[in-house]
Amino acid sequence: MSAKQFQFKLVLLGESAVGKSSLVLRFVKDQFDDYRESTIGAAFLTQTVTLDDQTTVKFEIWDTAGQERYKSLAPMYYRNANCAVVLYDITSSATLEKARTWIRELQRQADPSIVIALCGNKSDLAARRQVTEEEAKKYAEEEGLMWAETSAKSGEGVSEIFTAIAKKLPLTAPPASARGGAGRAAGRAGLDLNKQASTQPGQDACNC
Amino acid sequence: MDEEYDVIVLGTGLTECILSGLLSVEGKKVLHMDRNDYYGGDSASLNLTQLYRKFRPDQEVPTELGRDRDYAVDLVPKFIIASGELTKILVHTDVTRYLEFKQIAGSFVYRDGRISKVPSTEMEAVRSPLMGLFEKRRAKKFFEFLQGWKDEDPATHQGINLDKDNMRTVYEKFGLEPGTQDFVGHAMALYLDDDYITKPARPTYDRIILYTSSMARYGKSPYIYPLYGLGELPQSFARLSAIYGGTYMLDKQIEEIVTDSDGKFVGVTSAGETVKAKQVIGDPSYFGAGNTAEGGKVRVVEDGKVVRAICILKHPIPNTEDSDSLQIIIPQNQVNRRNDIYIAMVSSTHNVCAKDVYVAIVSTIVETNNPHLEIEPGLNLLGVIHEKFVTVTPLYAPTSPGASDNIFITRSYDATSHFETVVEDVQDVWKRVMGSDLVLKKREVEVQE
Repeated sequence: MSAKQFQFKLVLLGESAVGKSSLVLRFVKDQFDDYRESTIGAAFLTQTVTLDDQTTVKFEIWDTAGQERYKSLAPMYYRNANCAVVLYDITSSATLEKARTWIRELQRQADPSIVIALCGNKSDLAARRQVTEEEAKKYAEEEGLMWAETSAKSGEGVSEIFTAIAKKLPLTAPPASARGGAGRAAGRAGLDLNKQASTQPGQDACNC
Repeated sequence: MDEEYDVIVLGTGLTECILSGLLSVEGKKVLHMDRNDYYGGDSASLNLTQLYRKFRPDQEVPTELGRDRDYAVDLVPKFIIASGELTKILVHTDVTRYLEFKQIAGSFVYRDGRISKVPSTEMEAVRSPLMGLFEKRRAKKFFEFLQGWKDEDPATHQGINLDKDNMRTVYEKFGLEPGTQDFVGHAMALYLDDDYITKPARPTYDRIILYTSSMARYGKSPYIYPLYGLGELPQSFARLSAIYGGTYMLDKQIEEIVTDSDGKFVGVTSAGETVKAKQVIGDPSYFGAGNTAEGGKVRVVEDGKVVRAICILKHPIPNTEDSDSLQIIIPQNQVNRRNDIYIAMVSSTHNVCAKDVYVAIVSTIVETNNPHLEIEPGLNLLGVIHEKFVTVTPLYAPTSPGASDNIFITRSYDATSHFETVVEDVQDVWKRVMGSDLVLKKREVEVQE
């Protein structure tokens, strides 16, 4: 049997400072930086999860680039997202409220088949906990979301939640162009703009 | 909002978003604001709710058009010409990774009461009814002359000086009929009127080469188009800007452009708060466009009007081989006008509307007091029009280059069928703001494995 690689677009959502970029940095580079200020200057990051000998899932992870701060996230961000990680900070009830808003937004704007994981980050700060596991879990169950607590700082639960998402994604060969994300990864259906003009321009042009 | 910025950008149209993205990449601290709660300004693509809110605020969105979110209706009818400057910027800035493009299926021209395809292959050219047999031979010689032109090789010039001789001289040299001249000047060089004929031939030559090389790039037509509508373009450049530290604020009413006693820019006031910056860039609507100046400085002037009719159809445009997307040019001479009428159509193939719906925009430069009548020759080609939204939009241009007061204003989106003039505006504003020419640098590859 030949190895299969699937690629999916994953978007991160959540209030500013809940640790979106840190979570990705931990997952992608296994690093943590206490004094990270804002989002990394990258279009998106990628990381691969191996499910078994034959199957790997490559995530194309989109960070908000701070555009969530003033109600300014572009629809393009949700476009063709296969999965979303919505973060809250377990030490702040307000961030769970904000997470609920993002989830409603996803349910309204994103593809109905999107896999959503609700993630309580900063589990290393359990002493200052404001959101109980029960409360968040109950909400996730009601909405049919995956749920976990993570700590980008210690790494606890981080790779586990991404692996769990990978397992939940439909690993049947996605139809080539039906929905960006996966199809897009394997080989874009669209035109390649880097392609140079054909070698004999006069030949194909209006050669009346 | 107590920080100070290098540049505040007002309006998230394509021009402003490209500038914002390039300035952020350059290391400028940018604050980008828009009064609307969506990206794109005048170059946005709207869903049905937004479309009706804009044009028919008192009317419910009809349910028979399908799901709201399937729609991305462009406000401005433009395509990307494949070998043009916008393509270069898209590639150089790498925003292509956020976008997917498809071809526009065909380019057509209206002549003697019928629609004909602009040939995209030699085979189509041979079969084309646009020219008689002898005229085809003359045209072939003309195109061979253009394709063979080398500035440094006088033998290829055949006695023509592109910088001195006007286009009429060139047409006459090859004995091209008026109908062929119309075809070359309007369907290929994409001139909107006939003023080019009496001007030096060089720009026309450049435009024809742009057209033919664009046609050669992917075939079918010289145009490409982003899936989900043109509104994806400003969004992708906005993301580029944000990734390089640009701050975005939508849904912000701008109450005042604050200047000091010398008239120099200080900051902008929104919700009673003033944010300071060294420079401001914005579209004309943020600088008094459409308002009568009440003692304030006149910063923009009207430079003509464009009438645009967004038409929702439930069928492809008749006599166009059921093309899923197209451009039809109605040259001015065909309908006794001074300016061409354009039809641009896209459909669900480009993810801009529900299945079996087609969105066509008929547009032209306004010449009379009754612009609605002026677009009729275009509307008449569409068959039954399910729904129609007509706008007459003034085109604005800045009155001053901006260097003296640090206020840099962009131009409205004109009547041309592609984005080349938008890129010219970007280059112009960049030069005014930065004091040097825009040089595109390739970004480092930042997809990290």
